[in-house]
Amino acid sequence: MDFGIKDSIVAIITADKNVVSSNSTPVFYASSEEHQERLALLIAKVTMGMVHDLENGTYVVVRH
Amino acid sequence: MENYGVVILPSLLMGLLARLYMIRIDHRQYPSYPQGLLSHLTLGVIAAGLGSVALPALLSKEYSAVTFLALAAQQFRDVRSMERQSLDNIEPTELVPRGTAYIEDIAKAFEARNYMVIITALMTSIAIYFAHWMKQPRFVQIMVGIVVGLLVIVFLKGMLKRQSVAEIAEVRIGKIYFEGPLLMVNGIVIMNIGLKSTKKIYEEKGVAVEIVPKNVDAKATLANTGQRQAIQHNVAVHLGIQKDVDEPEFTPIARRNAQDGTIIMVIVPTEVDRELLVAAVEGTPVLETAKRKPFKAKGTQMNRS
Repeated sequence: MDFGIKDSIVAIITADKNVVSSNSTPVFYASSEEHQERLALLIAKVTMGMVHDLENGTYVVVRH
Repeated sequence: MENYGVVILPSLLMGLLARLYMIRIDHRQYPSYPQGLLSHLTLGVIAAGLGSVALPALLSKEYSAVTFLALAAQQFRDVRSMERQSLDNIEPTELVPRGTAYIEDIAKAFEARNYMVIITALMTSIAIYFAHWMKQPRFVQIMVGIVVGLLVIVFLKGMLKRQSVAEIAEVRIGKIYFEGPLLMVNGIVIMNIGLKSTKKIYEEKGVAVEIVPKNVDAKATLANTGQRQAIQHNVAVHLGIQKDVDEPEFTPIARRNAQDGTIIMVIVPTEVDRELLVAAVEGTPVLETAKRKPFKAKGTQMNRS
């Protein structure tokens, strides 16, 4: 059996500090859009998660 | 009847023939490897043996021999759980899992094939005995047995034949487009894709199929998630899939248009071959557990009132 956190946000990657407020999920701040893409990819690879776009300059990584 | 060899041997062979007829050797299917093939043929011989000796045992007043048939039923239920277990065990190693419904269906098919062997062998032996009772010569007895055996095989094969998706739905190619981060096909949201590189791969190599059910029954059947998982697995097996374990975004996803029951599936295959994609979807068996017939049920109710 594969145990682990599933179907929940494991990381938030944002360029806009004002739109995210989190106490439980790690938040990563990106300096530019390219940086954000890169950061999201790196985190997704580590967590085996998938990157979703929330369209407000924020990406979330979710394990499915 | 003094010489039971005339009954047992042809029925055993007919039973084995039935098993051979139902074995599919195909590198994409399970089991098609030497080990699976051998174990299923061996079980087939055992089943044929049980079926062919049942009648001679009764004729020689060995009534307790019938209990062996009960034992056989138990044995073949074990075949089913054996298949289920082994498929369950390899499930985590599949990039696109079969899903529990598909596994159950495969396991059931294996069990049913063994029963088919028993029935064939039994019917053959009854036919041979009947010909003997009609005082036919030995050659005619065997011929009658073979003919009856073949008829039983053909009949049971027809009975066990599973419907394929092609029979219940129309499959056509859909067009992938993006609305912001949302991957869409024909107005239906499939998933949210964040990374630009992933979107690019979907735009370049992704293919979509629309599975349009032909009637209400088909709509209900295709809504079953097990059925959808089976289609996804089948397509991934036939076309190959461009995905690794750390890329969940390339898992083929089948979504349902809740309004009209159309299933839309998106996949990034290794080989972009649209005709093969349609053929793979159409060739997927309709799972026995997924099959629904609400339309028919309604019809019977209306007839009753």
